[in-house]
Amino acid sequence: MVDKRNSNTSGSLVVKFASIREISILGFLIVFSLVISLINPVFISLDNLYDIALDTAILAIVAVGQMMVILTRGIDISVGAGIGLSGMIVALIIKDTANFNPLLAILIGMIIGAAMGALNGVLIVKGNIPPIIATLGTMNIFRGLTFIINYQINGGQWVGADKLPEAFKNFARGTFLKIPNLILITIIVYLIFYYFLNHTTTGREIYATGSSPESAKIIGINVKKTIFLTYVITGILVGMAGVLWVARYTSAQTDSASGFEFTTITAVILGGVAVAGGSGSIWGVLFGAILIGAINSSLNLIGVSPFWKLAINGGIILVAVIIDAVLARNINKALKERKQI
Amino acid sequence: MMDMVKKNNRFKSVFSRWETMLFLIFIIFNILMSFTTPYYLNAQSILDMTFIFMEKGLVALIMTLIIITGNIDLSVASTMSLSSVVMAVSFQSGINIWVSVLLGMLAGTFCGFLNGFIITRLSLPSMIITLATFSFYRGISYVILGDKAVSGFTEKFTYLGQGYIGSTKIPFPLVVFIVLAIVFSLVLHKTFMGRMIYAIGWNENSCFASGIPVKKIKLILFTLSGFISSFAAMFLTARIGNTRPNLATGFELEIITIVILGGVMISGGIGTMPGVIISIFLIGTIRYGLGLNNIPGQIMLIISGALLILSILINNIVKNFSKLKPLRQ
Repeated sequence: MVDKRNSNTSGSLVVKFASIREISILGFLIVFSLVISLINPVFISLDNLYDIALDTAILAIVAVGQMMVILTRGIDISVGAGIGLSGMIVALIIKDTANFNPLLAILIGMIIGAAMGALNGVLIVKGNIPPIIATLGTMNIFRGLTFIINYQINGGQWVGADKLPEAFKNFARGTFLKIPNLILITIIVYLIFYYFLNHTTTGREIYATGSSPESAKIIGINVKKTIFLTYVITGILVGMAGVLWVARYTSAQTDSASGFEFTTITAVILGGVAVAGGSGSIWGVLFGAILIGAINSSLNLIGVSPFWKLAINGGIILVAVIIDAVLARNINKALKERKQI
Repeated sequence: MMDMVKKNNRFKSVFSRWETMLFLIFIIFNILMSFTTPYYLNAQSILDMTFIFMEKGLVALIMTLIIITGNIDLSVASTMSLSSVVMAVSFQSGINIWVSVLLGMLAGTFCGFLNGFIITRLSLPSMIITLATFSFYRGISYVILGDKAVSGFTEKFTYLGQGYIGSTKIPFPLVVFIVLAIVFSLVLHKTFMGRMIYAIGWNENSCFASGIPVKKIKLILFTLSGFISSFAAMFLTARIGNTRPNLATGFELEIITIVILGGVMISGGIGTMPGVIISIFLIGTIRYGLGLNNIPGQIMLIISGALLILSILINNIVKNFSKLKPLRQ
């Protein structure tokens, strides 16, 4: 793997492989959509596409953070619990206050998220704790805190739709220039992070760190700072997603988004991001997230029992990873042959 | 060679300390607990509380071996659910309970084998494959059973999870656990197989180069993981007396917490069975003790999360301040 990345001759092929991955998942998405809409034309209707987009928005936002963490060879298992915690805190702050500015609520969520991400980052970078363990620990802590805060402040009651301010609930349903707010936010996030990851020094440093931490250190990249940064950014996105979650589903529950970490990791892997770090593109992740949304929506439309949802999600990621591995192996073979020539 | 021997001694000194520390925490916690409730320090209640964490303990044993090889199995809880559901469905269709148990365990063992087969055949990271099968296996449980539950098992079966040995007051699952714990400790610490497991965790590539059947061992361990998970699932089903597809949800993370707290390094190569066994009892008693004191399970979440982080953090700090060089680079 290492010599593949370091040799110049293979560079272009690896890049080609990455773009092939994006095209293949986009192709799969299109074929899948066509098949489903042949079975049930409702799938391709504007209303349904709109619903898919709304349902995918939060997943897509968090997946960007998860992707950056995985790029640096890490993983963040605390995202689901983080969404629950930031959503709960913000919901408790804004409940019973009419006309609380939704944007301010999102900002508060992002600050809470940044703190959560910084905690993860400090434990991983300063404490030398492997990411999977550190975030497994903070996942338990965040989820526990959500219960306790909810219990102490709200007596263990969920914050339901009746308690949330009108302006806040309207925000998730609202549109700006005819684009739904949730989708608009997702587009902005993707544009910002496309620029950040591909056209800024820090963004490229994230790729370099994941590709080979040792080499990155040698060429003068502050690896620890870069890794810390990815967790803070993920935290900010998670904090934002927590508030959007409350707005979208108009309730803050103590078990909101439990298991969501696995969905985000699925989206990232489906999108072709290498778990070994260092390669993957933001558009692949977006397609991965949309594919998950499309699959979930299609199950209802073609009359498959919702109990199939989990098995199909698991099956698809299994197949995607296996195809990926076989492809990568063939490419490696091709590279070896080229070297011999 | 000398260097290797020195290194080995160093591990022993550091990690025997870790286990003693764990054991001390265990003792201190138990003493504190016995002050809070008079019902705590009672031979019968101590024996009885082992019922509630023996299933996790069983799976933690095999998880230890897998993590020491530098791999991980996230699908254990889903495998438990699937094998329990297979068992329950065949029982419901009129098959003899013990044949059903056998079918359930076959299903679970196959789940483990499938994990191992994909991981070794395609040289894929175990975390990704078992993450996929984590959803896949539990998904199949949902497909089979939907939102229904199966109960009404025969008394002979529920004995597995609720019974005592003969007329004594020693829980049956505890005895099974002790036997398996001894077997696993011997395999890991006294056999060639055990040495190979450590070696794979240290450096898989050089093991492969020196002729150790890395893939075969990995396949065996993952298959065994499926087997033990389904075995534990039978005890769990027998104890709670019914089965649903959401059986054992979240167990995988709790089991990994137990193993890591027991001193096993997530990157592989380091860890001992006694450490994990102490950790099983420590986590079990903490959960039980807090329950006796009416402390909600949510606090338990925070405590187990904090313990997990602290266990590694303290270890790292000790490493930094001691004169020893860092163990792993």
